[in-house]
Amino acid sequence: MYQIVAREDLTPQIHLLEIAAPEVARKAQAGQFVVIRMDEKGERIPLTIADWNREKGTVTVVFMEVGKTTRKLATAQAGESIANFAGPLGLPTHIDKFGTVVCVAGGFAIATIVPIARAMRAAGNRVISIMGFRTKDLVFWEDRLRSFSDEVIVTTDDGSYGREGVITVPLRELLEGTEKIDRVIAIGPTVMMKFSSLTTLPFGVDTIVSLNPIMVDGTGMCGVCRVSVGGVTQFTCVDGPDFDGHKVDWDELMTRQRTYLDEEKQSLELWQHSQGVR
Amino acid sequence: MSKLDLNRVPMPKQEPEDRARNYDEVALGYKEEHALAEANRCIQCKNRPCVEGCPVGVNIPEFILALRDGDMPEAVRALKAKNALPGICGRVCPQETQCEEVCTLAKKGATIAIGRLERYVADWELNHQNDSNPEVGPPTGKRVAVVGSGPAGLTIAADLAKRGYEVTILEALHVAGGVLTYGIPEFRMPKGIVQAEVDYVKSLGVEIKLDSVIGKISTVDELLEDSYGAVFLGTGAGLPMFLDIPGENLNGIYSANEFLTRINLMKAYLFPEYDTPIKVGKKVAVIGGGNVAMDAARCAVRLGASKVSIVYRRSRTELPARQEEAENAEEEGIVFKLLTNPVRFLGNEQGWVTGMECVEMELGEPDNSGRRRPIPKTGSEFIMDVDTVVVSLGTSPNPLVPTTTGGLDTTKKGTVVADEETGKTTKSGVWAGGDVVTGAATVISAMGAAKRAGASIDAYLRGK
Repeated sequence: MYQIVAREDLTPQIHLLEIAAPEVARKAQAGQFVVIRMDEKGERIPLTIADWNREKGTVTVVFMEVGKTTRKLATAQAGESIANFAGPLGLPTHIDKFGTVVCVAGGFAIATIVPIARAMRAAGNRVISIMGFRTKDLVFWEDRLRSFSDEVIVTTDDGSYGREGVITVPLRELLEGTEKIDRVIAIGPTVMMKFSSLTTLPFGVDTIVSLNPIMVDGTGMCGVCRVSVGGVTQFTCVDGPDFDGHKVDWDELMTRQRTYLDEEKQSLELWQHSQGVR
Repeated sequence: MSKLDLNRVPMPKQEPEDRARNYDEVALGYKEEHALAEANRCIQCKNRPCVEGCPVGVNIPEFILALRDGDMPEAVRALKAKNALPGICGRVCPQETQCEEVCTLAKKGATIAIGRLERYVADWELNHQNDSNPEVGPPTGKRVAVVGSGPAGLTIAADLAKRGYEVTILEALHVAGGVLTYGIPEFRMPKGIVQAEVDYVKSLGVEIKLDSVIGKISTVDELLEDSYGAVFLGTGAGLPMFLDIPGENLNGIYSANEFLTRINLMKAYLFPEYDTPIKVGKKVAVIGGGNVAMDAARCAVRLGASKVSIVYRRSRTELPARQEEAENAEEEGIVFKLLTNPVRFLGNEQGWVTGMECVEMELGEPDNSGRRRPIPKTGSEFIMDVDTVVVSLGTSPNPLVPTTTGGLDTTKKGTVVADEETGKTTKSGVWAGGDVVTGAATVISAMGAAKRAGASIDAYLRGK
């Protein structure tokens, strides 16, 4: 069992859990993930690692309520425990001194990009971050990302905070600008990563994305997380989760992510019914 | 001596029409009268070829004799002296090519049903709580790390614990048992039996750490630095192979590993009570002819598919599955489409598989494996109507450990190089055995390799 040491609600639907897992904390690096299972009848789901504290022996995960498991996880309080917490899985993000790196993140993926921006900054890069949200109320960790960035651009879809519109607009402006951009890291919903990659493609700037397909074991055993990258099948859990965004078959990935939509809905509704939610 | 009895006692089984609707064990096991009748047939021959035929050298005549004489605790002791996992082996060992094949009575076509007797004795122990504490040797004060809790890992852990070592098993998944847990279905290998044998290994003082993905949470080098005198790699062959043909990433196409893991490890057949779902349509094709393919096909039947086919590129003679498993599958209505090979998958606009283009094959000259090579018949292409496909072509070792362990040599196939007699790898202090060395093979051959490695580690650590 792995104890929840602290819990924080970053927005009404995005939550942070700090979990005691000393051995995972000892090894965690930016870009990696864990696979968790809440209890005996629970499913295994991947969550990206948002932070870690090697001294304290804790790992922080941030997640958004989507289906049954994440909603159930959102009800977990500090002091409670979850059954399984395996990691750190996947390859860490490739960190090097590239020059100027643009970190683009949408929604709850801000939590994933923060440790990457921190590592990129520490490696001597100039870091420009673009954070995109639907609306002002959903903005979180702006200060945190600012502390690891030389420049931060915030966008909201409705213009209630920062610039109005989607993140690809300021991304394109940066690419068209005078400053040479050496690398782009784009993390968020699949469609956002797809369009970020399409935006950078004509400029020939290396673009790394962190994919989030369906997973079961997370150790290379089942192959459900397979994606086509440059025409070659790769397993996201062991070959990724970071891939060259210009080579990912985005439509195939989005199709595969929809495999269990009906079952996910059924599972959620049953759970909500059992919780007395209407 | 009384006249030879050549009537092998059959195993009671659930009827096909019943078992196709449930996950209960298909083979029901001998009752006492069956077991005694079968044990009585053993002639207790002097040369005991069966012991030689057993990869772990179980003293088969001894346990059969005790069983015949009604001394069940002695039968258990004799069996467990060499085999820590008899309930498992009695169910999934290919006895017909091992102990039973060489039985003196085999020449008369009446080989003793050693596997069924083994299972009977193991199940008797489970039902009688015969917790006569197994002898554990005096503590050596030395520690051994075992990576993987499958058949090899459990066997070596039990052996070394009995020899007085402090053993820690590191398991990546959330349940111990490896392929016995995630791979072999409940109706062939009940998880209660696996758990009981895991509990037995724990009762010897073995610690099992779950959620521990070696290569990630720690490396083998770190284990060696961290007070472990030796490391045994029993990580199996967990990486699924695909056909690498067009359309293979369409929805509805599973690796056998994914299909079986969802069902066995995650209990997707109990969805939505359990959270993990599985989607099985009406027309299922399972590609491959091994035991895993039979397991997947039989699961598909139980999940409600109306037409399940095994698609295999060679003929019935070359089928790698045990005869018994192929028969079970046939009895459950599974169709064998032999000499057939898929060349591409077809899908609909929503990205789901709807068909499979196949080509008919014919057999040519024997290839390296000694089996006749399948050759496509030109112009024989046809489309098979399917809505679910399970690719069961075999597995190779997971590279997580080999790629993070310096000095550990691997072959082109990704298997770890280890001495056949001792299991010693090219890295000092590291042994390996089971599928990670041989590629996908049997439970018992993994256990045999683990026993040899256990003896070698013992000699090594005593000499230190």
